[in-house]
Amino acid sequence: MHEKQALGGRLLTKPFWVLLGLAMIAGLLLIKRFLFGIGAVTNLSDGYPWGIWIVYDVLVGTALGCGGYSIALLVYIFNKGEYHPLVRSALMTSAFGYTLAGVSIFIDIGRYWQMYNVFLPWHINLNSIMFEVAACIGAYVFVLWIEFSPTFLEHRKSLETKKKLSKVLFLFIALGVLLPTMHQSSLGSLMIIAGEKLSPMWQTGWLPLLFLMTAITMGYAVVIFESLFSAVALKRPLDETPILGKLSVMMIPLLVLFLLLRFGDLMWRGQLGNIFNDGMLGAFFIVENVLFLIPIIMLASAKNRMKPTILFWSAGSMILAGALYRFDTFLVAFNPGVGYHYFPSASEILITVGIISIEIMAYLIFVKKLPVLPAIKHS
Amino acid sequence: MNLERRDFLKVLSAGALTAGNVTSVFAGIRKTLSADAVGILYDGTICIGCKACEAACKQYNGMPPESANLEKATGVDGIWDESYDLSEKTLNKIKLYEHGDASTHNSVENGFAFVKKACMHCVDPDCVSACPVTALVKDDATGIVEYDKDACIGCRYCMVACPYNVPKFEYAEAIPEIVKCELCNHRQAEGDIPACCEFCPTGASLFGKVTDLLEEAHKRIKLVAGSTYEYPMRSLDEGDVSPKTVAPYINYIYGEKEGGGTQYLLLSAIPFTKLGLPELSATSSASKSEGIQHGIYKGMIAPIALLGGLLYGAYQTTKNSEG
Repeated sequence: MHEKQALGGRLLTKPFWVLLGLAMIAGLLLIKRFLFGIGAVTNLSDGYPWGIWIVYDVLVGTALGCGGYSIALLVYIFNKGEYHPLVRSALMTSAFGYTLAGVSIFIDIGRYWQMYNVFLPWHINLNSIMFEVAACIGAYVFVLWIEFSPTFLEHRKSLETKKKLSKVLFLFIALGVLLPTMHQSSLGSLMIIAGEKLSPMWQTGWLPLLFLMTAITMGYAVVIFESLFSAVALKRPLDETPILGKLSVMMIPLLVLFLLLRFGDLMWRGQLGNIFNDGMLGAFFIVENVLFLIPIIMLASAKNRMKPTILFWSAGSMILAGALYRFDTFLVAFNPGVGYHYFPSASEILITVGIISIEIMAYLIFVKKLPVLPAIKHS
Repeated sequence: MNLERRDFLKVLSAGALTAGNVTSVFAGIRKTLSADAVGILYDGTICIGCKACEAACKQYNGMPPESANLEKATGVDGIWDESYDLSEKTLNKIKLYEHGDASTHNSVENGFAFVKKACMHCVDPDCVSACPVTALVKDDATGIVEYDKDACIGCRYCMVACPYNVPKFEYAEAIPEIVKCELCNHRQAEGDIPACCEFCPTGASLFGKVTDLLEEAHKRIKLVAGSTYEYPMRSLDEGDVSPKTVAPYINYIYGEKEGGGTQYLLLSAIPFTKLGLPELSATSSASKSEGIQHGIYKGMIAPIALLGGLLYGAYQTTKNSEG
């Protein structure tokens, strides 16, 4: 058991007020959305029925929330106990990411008051990838908060309950690995049915595996990025660098496999040439893959992996790569036909910004009030 | 409490099983037309672009006219309909093909022609496969793709899935619905035929059993251009015909094979790609996505095996600690 402690300190700092302001703007815009419909605040159309609320908040948001999944996989399934200090903060970020993805879905879907139909046996459609995604994400939000609950129990000194919970926690840990494996791959499968509307450079039967691999890799990248970022922002020592350096190795084989599968599949389908023929799309494809390549190169040497700056930028590149891959698959390379265009409206962006602000505020409240981060060793 | 090597392998093999199944994919044509399936044969060569079908569709489906621009120009509201394409207020739409001086009907060069857009009522509809809550259902007998607003959650995955962009969403409503052509099933329930066919003055929109319509379409594409043919009016069963000069048909029935086939079929003298119809493979995208999904989740064997491995692993690593 590693010592954790609440950071303490003042909550209502200046950045916190800014975040609160952004969240309130989003709140006002949301009132408009619920009174006058989705069209009143978004640029969505019949050709582009999904915009940044789905692609950023749900697809990228849950992939960024894969830290808890990726670390749990290492610590509990592959028994790499040395990464245990990272578990708690990773689970917390995951719980936020997934909960807010759930909130975004609620905002985005048109007939939200019937959302529970996804869980009613006489309504569900087992052929629908969307059903799998919705049911799995719904269940995983619940599992994440159970996994994170020991932190609350510790805070409230309910040690008896915590002890009882720890006896069955393995059930939730197992589900906490199974469910993301299922829905992160299915999030990729979602686009298979878009068929010819998705560019052949992205449209492949391997979408589920490609999405799963990048989700796990993004999970590691987020843990590294967040740990280093919060250390600097919250003025904590960079104690975790060695363990983060070790963790960063995990990304390399996954990324190499990803690129091999991706290019192998393109070659197999004879689509490799499109990269240079397809103008804008080709450029997006190249940028995406360069971003995937950067962490492989930067983290190849053991010496580099001990440098916080290198770790930070390679994790950042990985996050951008995974995010861009998702944006490309769902928006940039998605072409419903002549006459349709999409770029998010200001209101749409502000609502997403508000949701991100809430996430950061929740992070600040949690690390300051609850025992999440490793205790600082005083000499 | 180190995991044994074979336990690792157990976990890994479950994962590999999951991944391996990805390759067992691509079901072929898996759904066939029901014997009683009904549909529409739209023959663009005899369409005169009068839009009587649009007006009738709006009248019998309670759809308001769309007239934003004309309204602005004239200050008069609710008289003219000038919808640009299918929308949440427009279930069928006549579109014009125009080239050069547009002097000759049914000619690619310097010609003009019409095409009618509407729900294709696919034999293996992607929208039905996509819907998580079974709000879109294909009727077993008629094959009509119907919508149930009480099931729909408004996720709009049907719109992503449809290769023709047919399902439309009421973006301007606080209580929105998905809107699409349901082949006037409310009229058919009373023994009538879809309004667009009933009010078509030339027989360009023809209602009937899909098998009969396909037979009729095959007959037409074999006709000699310039000869006279007695085109059936409104419904194949009605027996009313109107003689017309045959145009030079493209030797292709759009909808016979597209995405596994459709119950709305089109004929034309202009290549279909020039009319804005997508080029699709002969199997539905749903057959691919379901093939992969059901491959991975076959009998839930892979997920259950994986869960078993995960439970074992998680139990071993946590039994002596307190989380």
